[in-house]
Amino acid sequence: MGSVGNFRESILFTTANSIINWSRKSSLWPETFGIACCAIEMIAAGCSRYDLDRFGVVFRPSPRQSDVMIIAGTVTRKFAPVVRRLYDQMPEPRWVIAMGTCAISGGVYNTYAVVQGAETFVPVDVHVPGCPPRPEALMHGFLLLQEKIKKSSALAGTPLGQALAT
Amino acid sequence: MTGMVFLPVLFMVTGVVLVALATLFVSSLVRPSNPYPAKNMPYECGMDPAGEAAGGRFKVQFFVIAILFVVFDVEAMFLFPWAVVLKEIGLVGYIEMVVFIVLLLVGFAYAWIKGALEWEA
Amino acid sequence: MTVEAPLYLARIEERFGGAVDDLGFAHGVHAFAAPPDLIVELCRFLKEHPELEFNFLSDICGVDFHPETPRYEAVYHLYSLPNKWRVRIKCRLGDPPHIPSVTGVWRTANWHEREAYDMYGIVFDGHPDLRRIYMWEGFEGFPQRKDFPLRGYKDELNPFGAEGTPPSAPDLATRKW
Repeated sequence: MGSVGNFRESILFTTANSIINWSRKSSLWPETFGIACCAIEMIAAGCSRYDLDRFGVVFRPSPRQSDVMIIAGTVTRKFAPVVRRLYDQMPEPRWVIAMGTCAISGGVYNTYAVVQGAETFVPVDVHVPGCPPRPEALMHGFLLLQEKIKKSSALAGTPLGQALAT
Repeated sequence: MTGMVFLPVLFMVTGVVLVALATLFVSSLVRPSNPYPAKNMPYECGMDPAGEAAGGRFKVQFFVIAILFVVFDVEAMFLFPWAVVLKEIGLVGYIEMVVFIVLLLVGFAYAWIKGALEWEA
Repeated sequence: MTVEAPLYLARIEERFGGAVDDLGFAHGVHAFAAPPDLIVELCRFLKEHPELEFNFLSDICGVDFHPETPRYEAVYHLYSLPNKWRVRIKCRLGDPPHIPSVTGVWRTANWHEREAYDMYGIVFDGHPDLRRIYMWEGFEGFPQRKDFPLRGYKDELNPFGAEGTPPSAPDLATRKW
């Protein structure tokens, strides 16, 4: 928080950056988007033994109220436009976690009906491999996403950020 | 009894409005805004909107109920100062208010008989 | 499982005689082979006969025996809920495969026949709404046929597919309903 060089500028805006990033990473609200078997592990991660609620993660039913989309399961080519539309309907800032090998690369299903990776149609931030990944692996994915958010610039794309950049 | 005694109320209302506007303004500066057509579409679980609500239609009963509410709410608003000064204006004031309410009751009966209060068309 | 001949065997023999062959009893299911033009009559007889009452259509599948002819087969699995009997009816079809639809007998045949059409291309004549049920709109080809590649054909969303163009599905283009 703040560097030795240009003191007045850095402490104000890195403080804003840190605070905004801290608030975003501490309250990541995922959209419940379980498609296939990985959804069961996602549910298990949200239940009482491997509690996700202690990270501020509250599952929201609607994309309009969520920050992160966990693509849990096999995405078929018939379903891919729906996934893309739901990703589009999330307000920014938004992130995507691809959970399970089917969402990362099509998994074992290298067939005519399965999209070989969700990355072909949505930008993915964290890949959580496994078939299915254990709930602890999904939690590790959330922690990696939190580190990614911590390192990112909070004011990118905002009017204040654009004013500061010029 | 001058009106100046109510000046703190004006200050409070102004303060509330300014705080709300300032909060909204500051958050509009620090939030990203990136609207595009697919994002603005109404949410229907990822599909294209289908069904009765999709054509932009809405039930006209909402509008009728709102208009009737405004009229009768204004009538109720007139009852408040009348109730405060009822003791001073006495029986004559009472008869005048009864006449006012009867006129509005005629309108209410008309709306009822004509079916404006029915929910289903 | 039963040593004496079951009742449905006797009833089918006396009604249809030589047209319907008995393929034997295996794994708890008795199988019959029927020609395609008799299938609706046989299904209606099995469903509406007061002693047989095969009122539950479990499944309609398709089979592709590619190098052999006749190439396709439609298989109907029936179950009698009151009597607890299972029956399988097999029906060999040529290429291109056409068979009358049994949606008039059981309403559930609607979706089963759509699945058989989508996966194998078996056209059910008289079906009220024969269109694809699993594959997306605009998909060409019938995936479960033996000559359809497992990875599908290459297009802009499927980089691992086989080279070539999929055989177009003429039935979709010539829909008359």
